[in-house]
Amino acid sequence: MTKQVVEVDRVVIRFAGDSGDGMQLTGDRFTSEAAWMGNDLLTLPNFPAEIRAPAGTLPGVSSFQLAFADHDITTPGDQPNVLVAMNPAALKANIDDLPRGSDLIVNTDEFTKRNLEKVHYTANPLEDNSLEAYRVHPIALTSMTVEALKEFDITKKEAERAKNMFALGMLLWLFHRPTEGTIEFLEKKFAKKPEIMKANIAAFQAGWSYGETTEEFSVQYEVKPAPMHAGTYRNITGNLALSYGLVAASQQSGLRLFLGSYPITPASDILHELSKHKRFGVMTFQAEDEIAGIGAALGASYGGSLGVTTTSGPGIALKSETIGLAVSLELPLIVVDVQRGGPSTGLPTKTEQSDLLQAMFGRNGESPVPIVAPQSPADCFDAALEAARIAVTYRTPVFLLSDGYLANGSEPWQLPEIEDLPTIDPAFATEPNHENDDGSTEFWAYQRDPQTLARPWAIPGTAGLEHRIGGLEKADGSGNISYDPENHDHMVRLRQAKVDAVADTIPDLEVDDPSGEARILMLGWGSTYGPIGAACQISRRAGIKVAQAHIRHLNPFPRNLGDVLKRYEKVVIAEMNLGQLNMLIRSKFLIDTYGYNQVRGLPFKSSELVDVITELTQQMEESK
Amino acid sequence: MTTNAFPALSLVPKTDVEMKAKDFKTDQEVRWCPGCGDYAILAAVQGFMPEMGLKRENIVFVSGIGCSSRFPYYMNTYGVHSIHGRAPAIATGLATTRPDLSVWVVTGDGDALSIGGNHLIHALRRNVNLKILLFNNRIYGLTKGQYSPTSEQGKVTKSTPQGSVDYAFNPVSVALGAEATFVARTIDSDRKHLTEVLRAAAAHEGSALVEIYQNCNIFNDGAWEPLKENDVREDNLIRLEHGTPIIFGNQQDKCVIRDIDGHLQVKDITEVDQSEIIIFDAHAKDPGLAFGLSRLYNPRTLTNTPIGIFRDVTHREAYDRMAQQQVADVIAAEGPGDLRTLLHGSDTWTVS
Repeated sequence: MTKQVVEVDRVVIRFAGDSGDGMQLTGDRFTSEAAWMGNDLLTLPNFPAEIRAPAGTLPGVSSFQLAFADHDITTPGDQPNVLVAMNPAALKANIDDLPRGSDLIVNTDEFTKRNLEKVHYTANPLEDNSLEAYRVHPIALTSMTVEALKEFDITKKEAERAKNMFALGMLLWLFHRPTEGTIEFLEKKFAKKPEIMKANIAAFQAGWSYGETTEEFSVQYEVKPAPMHAGTYRNITGNLALSYGLVAASQQSGLRLFLGSYPITPASDILHELSKHKRFGVMTFQAEDEIAGIGAALGASYGGSLGVTTTSGPGIALKSETIGLAVSLELPLIVVDVQRGGPSTGLPTKTEQSDLLQAMFGRNGESPVPIVAPQSPADCFDAALEAARIAVTYRTPVFLLSDGYLANGSEPWQLPEIEDLPTIDPAFATEPNHENDDGSTEFWAYQRDPQTLARPWAIPGTAGLEHRIGGLEKADGSGNISYDPENHDHMVRLRQAKVDAVADTIPDLEVDDPSGEARILMLGWGSTYGPIGAACQISRRAGIKVAQAHIRHLNPFPRNLGDVLKRYEKVVIAEMNLGQLNMLIRSKFLIDTYGYNQVRGLPFKSSELVDVITELTQQMEESK
Repeated sequence: MTTNAFPALSLVPKTDVEMKAKDFKTDQEVRWCPGCGDYAILAAVQGFMPEMGLKRENIVFVSGIGCSSRFPYYMNTYGVHSIHGRAPAIATGLATTRPDLSVWVVTGDGDALSIGGNHLIHALRRNVNLKILLFNNRIYGLTKGQYSPTSEQGKVTKSTPQGSVDYAFNPVSVALGAEATFVARTIDSDRKHLTEVLRAAAAHEGSALVEIYQNCNIFNDGAWEPLKENDVREDNLIRLEHGTPIIFGNQQDKCVIRDIDGHLQVKDITEVDQSEIIIFDAHAKDPGLAFGLSRLYNPRTLTNTPIGIFRDVTHREAYDRMAQQQVADVIAAEGPGDLRTLLHGSDTWTVS
């Protein structure tokens, strides 16, 4: 039976089910097939902090949203066009996000009285007409999967668990995707369990065939490849890109990569990933706590390695004192904060940008630390290299502020040529740098480079440069302990000046203002780049002139930031906190910015930002 | 002494220049109180360093916070004076990445057992190649005299005017509980014994915990006096020597035996049969005997205080050696990594 193929430019699918239903895996596989077809895409995994909340309950719902398109997209979509709900809880938790007229695929087998009661449905929504606004496809996914696998030597439970592959096969058919990649994937994943492998492949193929033969779907959709720059691409998540960026920084600097870390959501995947790369000389150390993680990293840096520690907000709180020590020792150190909802334990699996001020100021004393924030999953690669460049060049700890959305979200990444990657020169000290009055020479550990103000990095094993450093204030130059009041004032200012000097080597802030006549500037940082960009594009199509700028270096700011801000009548700072960048900009530039802030644990929807732009434009028109 | 005595330092470059204690002194003014036990320890360490025969630039001292933690400033080696309690963590990162260094940690009873207790036990459990010198004066000196986790219960200090109610840690018991592979105790004023213990610690591959009873003459003067005074000292000290019966006392009149329910007991030598006296074994895999000995003393009177090497075993490999070996093994088996191959992964597509 040949079905009609309808071409669409963009599709947003959300897979939702119980934590144990394999929704993340299903989403990942669909993503790979979309990427392989050359679509532009973005993903948004959303899962609970509990590993397995009670089955069938609202807290246990896990989802994976994926947008893929025939054009450049910057967000995983505000709302899905297709919702796959594996049980009543998944339906209840997600139905409010589904626009009327969208496709809703439900696993009818799970709509039992007991499961309905678990989420307080008094009537079965599949039967009470409450879903009549949607194109509902009621499909007995579980029982059809079990039926398809009855020939296999596996338990009923194992057969039921393959229902996500049945759903995946069906969806891949519906969106006209290839199947080879998934079959290959299953062959590898279950190589050691041949019967389970065969069963999963069979379930997957059964789902595909079901799509093809059933009357349930009258059309098949097709999304053509997106026009992209010529090159080789792969799909990549932020945590993976960040890990690769660190490996690349190690290779490009010739420094051994040493990661000291303590497991914490959503940063642990970086520890897992880096532990696989011993071929690159990478050493990973799972410490007894957050403090030991950064302590060991700093110790490794002292010894001439590229020390890195990875964590999330609560871990930063514990590491603060050691970051302060690194500021005082003036040693390279990369501190990765994959931000999550706070305060305290907060929302471990949800995204937020509320650690900016902690990164800026969360230490005792005047303790400046450069901050770099990536703006998309793939950008985590470049941002990690940039953080390493600053850390090594300026002998300073550097914050790399990622977040939960970047960490787990994915997008196509155009692979860089290795020759184009920046090289980083550790420039270890090898000789004495100070001449005494009597003509003898010695090593002064705090004799600075006049350009960068960085101190020399003399590592143990270097003869003649034996020296002692510590957290006590040091005399300018020699580095000996000094309690002198004037010296302390001077050293505090020197450390600040050194961090400020980083601005000499960072690019100017670029503004995207196609008309050149915008009066509103949408300003952001970090993972909000996509939604803000999408909102600007949508607004421009509606005739509104709006500019976008996104700050990558949050400390120090790019040199031209003040000039950029002055060019606009209204500056909107949109961030997933209560106005942290806003506070920094207001205090530094004394301008009346307008903050747009949400802390729902989810990325901005571009539509809400379009509303902000539209409203502000109207206000400006009216006040004319 | 030749450097062959230190197989544990085989990866650390040797010097061909003859070094002296003065080569390990810095030009910095030593800022401990006059009469502090730290001076004697500093002199003993500086005196011992040349024996290792190592290049001075390959020796690193790492400390935390407290009086003892000023130590690195006075050693003409590489050194880091870090933050309170974290020296073992910092030293772990250094030792793990630099097998060509001899890494020493200097810490105190507050630094190691209070704020840094976690790092201490984990460094010992991992068996990181660190030589940890724990100066125990049973008091907080730098903060001017509060009780410490090794202070005897009932200690009257500025923060405990009615006497402390905490029970004390016994550092040797703690270290043995963490299954440290080398545990010893010595005394600041006994230069010979201290040097012997340092020598054995340096020769040990893996973590070495050396508790040094150290006198704070300002805030806790005389804390170890029963172990120092000429006429009572030998009555209180049990000098542990591997392979010899545990006999002690001014008249060599006391000994240690195991009683019927397995506990160690101090007995008058005339009351027991010679065969009952325990022959001390520092190399026993099981830390039971060493632990039992660490429990013998009375923390208030210091009677029956063992000193010397409680445990020195080699069956556990050092953490840093194993971590380095894993990297070397992977590179030997699979070759060094190629960045381009890594970035490309297994699933790419090309747009032309």
